[in-house]
Amino acid sequence: MNILEMNHINKKFDKLEVIKDISLSVSEGEILSIIGPSGSGKSTILRCATMLETINGGEIKYLDKQAVRTDDNGNVVYAKGDKMKNIKSNFGLVFQNFNLFPHYSVLKNIMDAPLTVQKRDKKEVYETAKDLLEKMGLSDKADYYPCQLSGGQQQRVSIARALAMKPKILFFDEPTSALDPELTLEILKVIRGLAEEHMTMVIVTHEMNFAREVSSRIIFMEKGVIVEETTPEKMFNSDNQRTREFLGRYSQL
Amino acid sequence: MSFQMMLMQLAGGMVKSISIFAWTLIFSLPLGLIVSFGRMSSNKLLGGVVKFYISVMRGTPLMLQLLVVYFGPYYLFKMHIGGAYRFIAIILGFSVNYAAYFAEIFRSGIESMPKGQYEAAQILGYSKNQTFFKIILPQVVKRILPAITNEVITLVKDTSLAFSLAYLEMFSITKQIAAKETTFVPFIVAGLFYYIFNFVVAMVMENLENRMKYYK
Repeated sequence: MNILEMNHINKKFDKLEVIKDISLSVSEGEILSIIGPSGSGKSTILRCATMLETINGGEIKYLDKQAVRTDDNGNVVYAKGDKMKNIKSNFGLVFQNFNLFPHYSVLKNIMDAPLTVQKRDKKEVYETAKDLLEKMGLSDKADYYPCQLSGGQQQRVSIARALAMKPKILFFDEPTSALDPELTLEILKVIRGLAEEHMTMVIVTHEMNFAREVSSRIIFMEKGVIVEETTPEKMFNSDNQRTREFLGRYSQL
Repeated sequence: MSFQMMLMQLAGGMVKSISIFAWTLIFSLPLGLIVSFGRMSSNKLLGGVVKFYISVMRGTPLMLQLLVVYFGPYYLFKMHIGGAYRFIAIILGFSVNYAAYFAEIFRSGIESMPKGQYEAAQILGYSKNQTFFKIILPQVVKRILPAITNEVITLVKDTSLAFSLAYLEMFSITKQIAAKETTFVPFIVAGLFYYIFNFVVAMVMENLENRMKYYK
């Protein structure tokens, strides 16, 4: 069963069509990377999948449960209340600029949502948080505040915060774009670790080599459409003129 | 009148000034938050009405507003005024006026919050209320505290406007004694009292600010 299924998604900002009839799906354990130039709509499709943006047409399903559909009259209908809450609990999102809660300590950033939103047992959540911090190499930072951490550390906290919710799929929206090369490696290492545990992930990234190495599938997007969708090997040996051009520019860097 | 006697009377007035100050804060701060919601409402009518209310409150003298609140019911409904209503009118007038100022401060703070905080909370499944009270408001309070301090200090001095409704707070008493005893001393003492009051207020506010310095 597909964890995520997006069918015929359309998204407009005013009159500008940024997503044009895009369909994609992600099955369990799969790692999908989305690459493409700035303004191609790759972040927008992620924001649509996570309901941060309202779509103008199409259907989104998580584990076969419909989160959004478009009825016969073309009206977009989102699931409501507990049903939506349930669907949303399937995914987590790691932002480009972390968006940690600055007034909460590292530990509270990780523990608060599982406690307040999921109403889980405090002791269990504490153990989970401790384990995650250890995994992220941040065991000694539990009582720090985000402003006392480096960008790479903050991003690792935000990954831990997302994982603490036990999502079935984790989205990354350019997780290393705000970081210098050294800190970027730090984060890529963490994501690689998650890949080894077969975490289902969708990663929007500009790190081509990383995408090539870690993904099971890559989507190349431009101007709101999918130009090519294939395995990393095929993508990097593509015959498609545009794909070659884009990837060629990167290898020149 | 002995100096001690005068001090006693002024101190008595001071207690009343403090009571105006305290009650006004208790009512105007929450009211200001509610008004700021109205001001930011997507409902154009509500937003417009609130904007007009704020503009009137800020655009006319507080003393005039106090007179309207106090004498208005008499002229409009022939309601009996005086007695307990005097103090009620003062608190009502002050609260409604200060709420307008606080509302604009709250609005500036809320609107300065980065969108990412809302989005992170939304992704983690916080409800709208949880997002506002757990994530947004604490950060807003930190941001607006210096502006709030300004208003609170102004309020201490503004309590003297209650003299216009013949309420015997410190300023009214000061004027009475000065007129009766033909002396300048009560003004100096009252000034000192106001200054000490504000000194304490400023200290408390600074303390609050320091308590929130643990994060940026």
